[in-house]
Amino acid sequence: MTEFIQQLFNGLSLGSIYALIALGYTMIYGILRFINFAHGDVFMIGAFSGYYLGIVFAFSTSGGFTSLALAFLILIGAMAICSVLGLVIEKLAYKPLRKSPKLTILITAIGVSLFLEYTGQLVFGADPKSFPTLLENKPIVNLSGAVIGSNPLVVLITAAILMLVLRMIVMKTKIGTAMRAVSFNPTAASLMGININAVISFTFIIGSSLAGAAGILYGLNYPSIDPLMGILPGIKAFVAAVLGGIGNIPGAALGGMIIGIIETFVTGYISPTFRDAIAFGILILILLFKPTGLLGKKEVEKV
Amino acid sequence: MLRVENLTVNYGAINALKGITINVPEKSIITLIGANGAGKTTTLRAISSVVKSAGGSRIYYEDKDITNLPPHKIVEMGLCQVPEGRLIFANLTVKENLDMGAYLRKDKQNLKNDLDFIFNIFPRLKERIKQPGGTLSGGEQQMLAISRALMSKPKLLLLDEPSLGIAPILVRTIFEKIVEINKSLGTTILLVEQNAHFALSVANFGYVLETGNIILEGPAKELEANPEVRKAYLGEA
Repeated sequence: MTEFIQQLFNGLSLGSIYALIALGYTMIYGILRFINFAHGDVFMIGAFSGYYLGIVFAFSTSGGFTSLALAFLILIGAMAICSVLGLVIEKLAYKPLRKSPKLTILITAIGVSLFLEYTGQLVFGADPKSFPTLLENKPIVNLSGAVIGSNPLVVLITAAILMLVLRMIVMKTKIGTAMRAVSFNPTAASLMGININAVISFTFIIGSSLAGAAGILYGLNYPSIDPLMGILPGIKAFVAAVLGGIGNIPGAALGGMIIGIIETFVTGYISPTFRDAIAFGILILILLFKPTGLLGKKEVEKV
Repeated sequence: MLRVENLTVNYGAINALKGITINVPEKSIITLIGANGAGKTTTLRAISSVVKSAGGSRIYYEDKDITNLPPHKIVEMGLCQVPEGRLIFANLTVKENLDMGAYLRKDKQNLKNDLDFIFNIFPRLKERIKQPGGTLSGGEQQMLAISRALMSKPKLLLLDEPSLGIAPILVRTIFEKIVEINKSLGTTILLVEQNAHFALSVANFGYVLETGNIILEGPAKELEANPEVRKAYLGEA
């Protein structure tokens, strides 16, 4: 039982990271109807932003000096860097292709992804780096005796706060309402005076900043980072977005959690060998039996 | 107020509008009638700049050239469209739809008055304020679409087939409201309709569009009496 609670908790913590990445996939899909395959690499840049900011702010990599306030600043810094990156990617790579066939943009996204991965290897070096200890991981014992670390808890709480903030933005603000309007019908939105390009830029800023945050949280839980680290979490988060129903924001959060929990349980109770296979297994099942995802609605093809 | 000169629109090799000229004076109701595929919707879409006008086309609004400006710039200048098929944001509530109409408004303090005006002419919308737009009936959606556009405080309102897909009993109501908006707010209206009978009964002046050309124009009363129009568009044998 103790082990079960521990595993569940670790799964939630990992799942919340997948959820943050999946939100970016699903939001961008909701607005532009394409999968931004470079999104996992924005997550990687988020982790490296944290790494270099950590060095600038003189964090020790061996776990000495830690500070919650500075860790928070680094989180904000990585989110800011990733928003700018997301904005630049959109403006340079995707915007010129706005009227091109979807396949063209999809292939471009794969190109951007490879560009970020290998530029990362060139600039950061291909060897894994040890992520600075932003916060000390203290064991916290809960009521039933399961030992859970403070960092996975910080990850879970931070992710939950970010998701709540996102929900507020999307549901309560004018720009959020405009995002939903554009997602439903871009032509109607532009006839109401909504600047579609501004809404698309905003979506990339928000989505990429969440990926940046996920990069920092990942580094907190799994302190080894490298320029190719975005590939697998990126694909798993994509599966999470499909599982929840692509384009559906609560669905992405739910999908991320489910993937994280299943992955942790498979690793713990069956075999770590199947850790990465499980996400793809889920993708195949969902595409076979419920292609619209858990919370997604069938999209009526507009003619 | 609005002058459309030599408007040409091509969809690939298809020539949808072949250089039409329309004049919409301030405070008037001008109608553009014609059969399916005549180019009525294309005209409005070109004015709102959601389709590109071909070279040589000129659209002037309050003496400013607005040809092919970004659509949101055109709305900002006070020219708003109620699109064909209403295009209500089905996933947004009635209130959120109205908020989207007021997207560019800076005078927040007047929004309340405008909402009151809208609920006064369309009381049904007030009852449905929290409902998603997609749950409304066709007629209610049309009311919402008109109200949503009104929230931008347009000086010129473009209406694309407000009678389309609406219970016949509501069509009359909608047209009465259109006249009321024109009279009480002084909003200029360019009305595109297949239902020539209703359109000509409310308009001051009309244009008849046929396969991308204007074949006839004149005061609405004259068009209504014109034997050709009666035969082709008013269902007379």
